[in-house]
Amino acid sequence: MESSNTIIIKGLYKRFPVGKGEFTALSDINLNFAQGEFTGLIGPSGSGKTTLLNILGSLDVPSAGEALVLGNSIGMLSAREAANLRKVSLGFIFQSYNLLAVHTVYENVEFPLLLLKLSATERHKMVMDALEWVGLTDKIKSKPPQLSGGQCQRVAIARAMVKKPSLVLADEPTANLDAANSHHILKTMETLNRELKTTFVFATHDDKVISYLRRKVFLLDGRIDKDEIIHPNS
Amino acid sequence: MKLALKLAYRNLMGAGLRTWLNVIVLSFSFVIIIWLKGVMTGWDHQAKTDMTNWEIGGGQYWQSNYDPYDPFTITDSHAPIPDELKKQEETGEIVPMLLLQGTIFPEGRMMPVTIRGVSPTQSFLHLPASKLDTGDGTISAIIGAQMAKHSHLKEGDYVTLRWRDANGTFDATDVLISSVFSTNVPSVDLGQIYIPLSTLQEFALLPDEATIITLKNAEESATDYPGWVYKSKKDLTRQVDEMIKTKSAGQTVIYAILLLLAMLAIFDTQVLSIFRRQKEIGTYVALGYTKQQVVGLFTVEGSMHALLAALLSAAYGMPFLAWQAKVGWTMPIDASEFGMAIAQTLYPVYSFGLVVSTVLIITITTAIVSYLPSRKIAKMNPTDALRGKLQ
Ligand SMILES: Nc1ncnc2c1ncn2[C@@H]1O[C@H](COP(=O)(O)OP(=O)(O)OP(=O)(O)O)[C@@H](O)[C@H]1O
Ligand SMILES: [Mg+2]
Repeated sequence: MESSNTIIIKGLYKRFPVGKGEFTALSDINLNFAQGEFTGLIGPSGSGKTTLLNILGSLDVPSAGEALVLGNSIGMLSAREAANLRKVSLGFIFQSYNLLAVHTVYENVEFPLLLLKLSATERHKMVMDALEWVGLTDKIKSKPPQLSGGQCQRVAIARAMVKKPSLVLADEPTANLDAANSHHILKTMETLNRELKTTFVFATHDDKVISYLRRKVFLLDGRIDKDEIIHPNS
Repeated sequence: MKLALKLAYRNLMGAGLRTWLNVIVLSFSFVIIIWLKGVMTGWDHQAKTDMTNWEIGGGQYWQSNYDPYDPFTITDSHAPIPDELKKQEETGEIVPMLLLQGTIFPEGRMMPVTIRGVSPTQSFLHLPASKLDTGDGTISAIIGAQMAKHSHLKEGDYVTLRWRDANGTFDATDVLISSVFSTNVPSVDLGQIYIPLSTLQEFALLPDEATIITLKNAEESATDYPGWVYKSKKDLTRQVDEMIKTKSAGQTVIYAILLLLAMLAIFDTQVLSIFRRQKEIGTYVALGYTKQQVVGLFTVEGSMHALLAALLSAAYGMPFLAWQAKVGWTMPIDASEFGMAIAQTLYPVYSFGLVVSTVLIITITTAIVSYLPSRKIAKMNPTDALRGKLQ
């Protein structure tokens, strides 16, 4: 049943121009992700994790093959349609948080909602809910430079989750965090995944992250090396 | 747009000192341009008012041969005052003047002058003609302060005045300088000496004749008197307009330099912030902005400098400009040397249109200068921007 899949990737290639030639960063990727998966793209540095995540996020386009994200064929979308897909349905979490430094925690989390043109009361409720999920309701007036790394990443998660997107793409979300903070973040995301049925796709080579994943897609030199589904058997 | 304004405002405030430096430079441009333009307008008003009061009244009739730029025409520029106008002289509606070429000999030197005959009873020109009425038969003359300076004459001095009458015969007499007046209108001062009209008509053997007839009030429809040409106030002040135009053109250079400095600062800030904020740009795109919208965001942000500058200018500029309008701006150099109708102290005059057009021009220029570097964002690859690896 393909229609229940959030993501369908068929024969996807990504090549980058390098000097006079080309570098193939992804070759012949075929993958399906169902709604509500908690999946990781795992592989050594340079294996193509970020490249694939960027394509799924409609920030980049395939060189060949197809990537369907929530029914939208990436690469066929106009700039406006791609922006709309990101605005409505996607959430991004970055390794370096990418918070807006001059805005408060509250304003950072509110930002995606402003683009959606929601009313002030709706926005307020959603922002407070999101901050509740990540446990930062006491920091709404702080600005990112005043927060710890772990707190920053929690703000980033709240920002990615506030509009309850169908798909969250997280590129090395724990790379700048210590073990305790990493576990806290991952537990938060796991809970949100369970409660909101949000699909999570990680790019990582961090063992702490890997231990939380319910599916592991191993990449090596731009190819799928292994696709492991962990069945809950506790 | 509201969101863009809010974002722009926060980002500018976040940038702190850099923003304020730009805003201060821009606001100087605002205030100085408005002030300079105000001074020009004030000068225009003053020059026209002074000319009206001292020289041209509501308009003039010139004897048709008269050409102020050609002194040789003066010999032939005289005609009997038309009868209709003569009646008005009695009611003080007109001032006839007879002009004659002559020479004075102050301290034995020789100085060519234009002798102007004016009635001591004239009442609407500021020229203190009543001082010509000595009552004891002495022939008295009045001159302007510049003329007095150049000829080394002062009140109470006697000077020999020589002229040629209608037959071409030289004649001379001593006249008493009964008054020295000071005026901002150089054409009534430099090289001019005033004696009573009837005396000059007698000397020149030109009874009842005049060269220029100045009207108190503007004519609605100029009457055609044969041998006379009507010059409206507009014709007569055209020189002032031209002078102001030339001066304003010169000032445009100052505006251009001021604006250029401000715009360089804005441009530099934009280029730098686009370079330094690549990750932020990538984040906006990831959150659902199109690149065009991010271009818009940065353009609004740059343009907002102009808005803040306008507010800052209002804060310190309004009291300054108002104070200037009240006390005026006294030129550091002697204005009488200019040879133009200029007062020593100029009172700037600001119009609503002047303020609005200045604000508009600066804001539009700022918007363009903010937009130009921002176009680069549209060419950025969002994935590269997110990595912050663009050069
Ligand atoms: N814009 C680009 N131009 C050229 N080559 C690129 C570009 N982006 C990525 N690559 C190359 O593609 C390969 C995959 O890069 P990618 O960033 O996807 O790796 P990654 O798995 O995310 O690695 P890391 O764990 O270090 O983040 C790398 O060899 C990289 O050099
Ligand atoms: Mg990567």
